[in-house]
Amino acid sequence: MSTRTVAKASWGVGNTIIILVALVPVLWLASLSFKDPSTIADGSFLPREWTLDNYRGIFSTDLFTRALVNSIGIALIATALAVVVGSMAAYAVARLRFPGKGVLVGATLLIAMFPPISLVSPLFNLWRQVGLFDTWPGLIIPYLTFSLPLTIYTLSAFFREIPWDLEKAARVDGATPFQAFTRVIAPLATPSILTTAILVFIFCWNDFVFAISLTSTLNSRTVPAAIAFFSGASQFETPIGSIAAAGVVITIPIIIFVFFFQRRIVAGLTSGAVKG
Amino acid sequence: MTAQTGATGVAQAPPQAHPRAERPARTPLSEGARAERRLGWLLCAPAVVIMLAVTAYPMGYAVWLSLQRYDLRFPAAHEFIGLANYTTVLTNRLWWTAFGVTMFITVVSVAVELVLGMGLALVMRWALVGRGAVRTAILIPYGIVTVVAAYSWQYAWTPGTGYLANLLPNGSAPLTQQWPAIFIITGAEIWKTTPFMALLLLAGVSLVSEDLIKAAKVDGATAWQRFTHIMLPVMKPAILVALLFRTLDAFRIFDNIFILTSGANNTRSVSILGYDNLFTALNLGIGSAISVLILIAVAIIAFVFVKGFGTAAPGQEVENR
Repeated sequence: MSTRTVAKASWGVGNTIIILVALVPVLWLASLSFKDPSTIADGSFLPREWTLDNYRGIFSTDLFTRALVNSIGIALIATALAVVVGSMAAYAVARLRFPGKGVLVGATLLIAMFPPISLVSPLFNLWRQVGLFDTWPGLIIPYLTFSLPLTIYTLSAFFREIPWDLEKAARVDGATPFQAFTRVIAPLATPSILTTAILVFIFCWNDFVFAISLTSTLNSRTVPAAIAFFSGASQFETPIGSIAAAGVVITIPIIIFVFFFQRRIVAGLTSGAVKG
Repeated sequence: MTAQTGATGVAQAPPQAHPRAERPARTPLSEGARAERRLGWLLCAPAVVIMLAVTAYPMGYAVWLSLQRYDLRFPAAHEFIGLANYTTVLTNRLWWTAFGVTMFITVVSVAVELVLGMGLALVMRWALVGRGAVRTAILIPYGIVTVVAAYSWQYAWTPGTGYLANLLPNGSAPLTQQWPAIFIITGAEIWKTTPFMALLLLAGVSLVSEDLIKAAKVDGATAWQRFTHIMLPVMKPAILVALLFRTLDAFRIFDNIFILTSGANNTRSVSILGYDNLFTALNLGIGSAISVLILIAVAIIAFVFVKGFGTAAPGQEVENR
């Protein structure tokens, strides 16, 4: 019994260290965001004077609120499109036989490896010519492209696990093809699609390269790009507090996803990436 | 599946006198196969069109741009100059410095992440307590916006403001010196992406048979022997895929450097160098040449992994199943 207790305790200590290392930078940013401007540079890990002024500050300016709307809208639309287009292709990859499947999977892999910076110069020039520069579609299109490989891999791995014979069984029992799909297959596929949607959303939410290169105004600049412009803005007394507060605000959705969908995110990342 | 239904239809056909049954057995089969093929292409078409339109076409355009003198500040001087932009880049010290910095960050961060990630994967599989808590906690660095994390590190290392900078001797400003800054960038990269590496490795760890490990333990194998002789061979494909993905990802490093140093004091990566040429110098020709060179470097890395180490692309494995 005692050796087991010792083992448990040492695992506990090890795990606590891991968890601390993972969380300290986030806690530090949160702490900065609650610090009063006069104490922000005091170097203390915890605020000595707590204040919400930094949050009031960022929410009272267009610079942040417009960027937040852009971030949410662009990421949601790109995610929805990627899931629709990607699940069609993933279904075909998982369930159908057709020539060219190998080429498709290979090409998808190439795109997953593509360096985004290489696309920035041609897209910057093309978007200015066709009027997509600094618009929502101007960001949605590259996000959609780069999330398709992720969507196709993750979903085709998940779709393979669905017991498709159930569909046949439902048909034998007299269900119409539509009923068999909506009552039997759709409920089985929905969790995988949700998981994939979360991974794609995190990807779009995170992007910085395209966001600073293909936008120039509040029209379409997303939060990661907008934060980088806080520094020079004169309406902020202390950009550190504003940047920290904005950073905390855009971390909240990530924390919500992680807490509610931890199992699914892990399943999505492990099943899509490697299948032995 | 369609072909199968066709075949059963034929088998049951004579007593039912189903209209389909009157056709010779082969026709419905190939018709089914043809329908399946058409459906497959149809379902994949939108994804293929989007991916080609947004990568292949612009990449061709980037190659074309890279062969021209094209400086947005001097539009009149726009002309075709062949490979001159490549000569300019490849004979310039800035490119080779950026290339060296990128390679250093890539090699060091991937090596450290492999060790840490393996440890994390083992913890997530076999820890007696707190597996769920560890999985939840490490997803925070994975999910957090890189730019946000980079600001956290920047302020942590800012003299006076930061809890980490205050541990250093007075008067040191690590982010303003080349090597300390590169180490901080590498550290920020490791913190952010080790969880991803760990999850890819966890997929491999899950393939290791519990019984085999127990049997080896009974036979007196040490923990290290169990790791090298039982786990590593099973995990090899997962390890190679994780290394490939992370190496390519690390080579593209941009966000962390942009926030932490903006590339000052020779801390530019190749991606930062390309960005600076495009948006600070507004030189589309040189910037595009750098873009193409980065793509070539990425292609070489992928080629070495796939041919040299026999990394199985995850797509191919999916296909074989």
